[in-house]
Amino acid sequence: MDALADDINMDVKKQKKAPLNDEVVFTFPDLVAREFLVIILACVVLSLWSLALDAPLKAIADPNWTENPAKAPWYFVGLQEVLVYFDPWVAGVGIPVLIIFGLMAIPYLDPNPAGVGEYNVRDRKFSISLFMVGYIFWFVLIIFGQFLRGPNWQFYWPWEDWAVHKEADQKLVNLPVLWGYVSLAGYFIAGLSLPALVSRSFYKKLGFGRYVTTWILILLMFLIIIKIVLRIFFHIKYILVTPYFSI
Amino acid sequence: MMIVNRITQSRVWTSIFRHNLDDKPRNKGLAVTSNVFLHIHPVTTRASAMKVRFTFCMGGLTFLMFIVEVVTGILLMFYYRPVPEYAYTDMKLIEHTVHYGMFLRNMHRWAAHAMVILVMLHMLRVFLTGSYKPPREFNWVVGVLLLTLTLLLSFTGYLLPWDQIAFWAITVGSKMAAATPFLGSEGPFHELLKINEYNDMQYLLLGDNRVWGNALLRFYVLHCVLLPVMCTVFIAIHFWRIRKDGGISRPL
Repeated sequence: MDALADDINMDVKKQKKAPLNDEVVFTFPDLVAREFLVIILACVVLSLWSLALDAPLKAIADPNWTENPAKAPWYFVGLQEVLVYFDPWVAGVGIPVLIIFGLMAIPYLDPNPAGVGEYNVRDRKFSISLFMVGYIFWFVLIIFGQFLRGPNWQFYWPWEDWAVHKEADQKLVNLPVLWGYVSLAGYFIAGLSLPALVSRSFYKKLGFGRYVTTWILILLMFLIIIKIVLRIFFHIKYILVTPYFSI
Repeated sequence: MMIVNRITQSRVWTSIFRHNLDDKPRNKGLAVTSNVFLHIHPVTTRASAMKVRFTFCMGGLTFLMFIVEVVTGILLMFYYRPVPEYAYTDMKLIEHTVHYGMFLRNMHRWAAHAMVILVMLHMLRVFLTGSYKPPREFNWVVGVLLLTLTLLLSFTGYLLPWDQIAFWAITVGSKMAAATPFLGSEGPFHELLKINEYNDMQYLLLGDNRVWGNALLRFYVLHCVLLPVMCTVFIAIHFWRIRKDGGISRPL
């Protein structure tokens, strides 16, 4: 929390201005020449890649012959992996929408003016560590789905033979309904109030609306991770069961 | 030398190129402002903004990949018909009878993968350098839209080869649309709006309640026309906003 308050107070702190040795050069030819070189280099790499490796093409589409596993393209395999832990409306709609709007909201939620135009982790520990958790987690899910999932989306190590049949997970349990409501409510109430109680300056800096939006997004992101851990290690299917939907 | 002079001083030549290449400040400025392709740049640039280790050229390379996709994509369109009867056969013909067809298809596929990777890395770079902070907030939003469009472009292109990978990946993927709350036939609360499998989000996406001819045509039109046009418009806004927001970010 100290790091968090530090970050927010950056603009109050006296910022040391490093002398900028930043001369102005003509775009043509200085920048254009560099761009040209990078374009040539990229085209060479892409050509070599395209000569060396053929794009896959399997048998013709056949609705009567199911691919098992039917994997999404790699950049969506993370979301497909999330399908194991959540109902389709959460994994396929809720989480993508949350990610897109959460990303768009970042500039309007982060009040810390430090670190523009430089790789500066020191003055932005809070925002950078949060972003990196989400960013790395996205790729962890992709690696999981792409390399560690076999037929019926069962877990297979890369060296395991997919021909060996694996049984589905052991029986999964739901949290009792009351527990579900209490734990979720407790999670959000505690998550929303604790940071403000621990660091008043953090709360004041953000203001009520921004503070609540920021923490709901953060809590939702960690809830996804928590749910996955609960499912893998405690075999919990749903935290909350209602007649209309389950989480 | 005489011939060179005759050509470069001719009316035709001077009507195309408005200045010569003498190493003068005025010519360097004109080289940018009198060229439609270069004029997205400012006339002068800060040395710090040109550092490769600052941007790693990721945004520019993403744009390059988009151009490669447009060029290879248009060439592939000459040989491909988006109907179930022909799509797969056309893929085989591209691979085996079209000159450099396999190379063309490979380049389209790998540049697409590269574009997705590069746009993700570009977002990471922009975040780590705090370049989304004022006055560049809105350009970050445009960037997130472009990331989404890039993923949608890749996703719609994935169905076109019409093989087993394509068919089943899109079958799995489009099931998500059916799970949309309120608007999907299998999503929560769909009864409220009388949504069934013939009028839900999945039907809108596929033109059917399963992946077949209508879905192939829709994905083709989305992939080749609608999404590239949208992407082009947002790229234009993205680049224009870089200039309007004070160029590439640098320490305040």
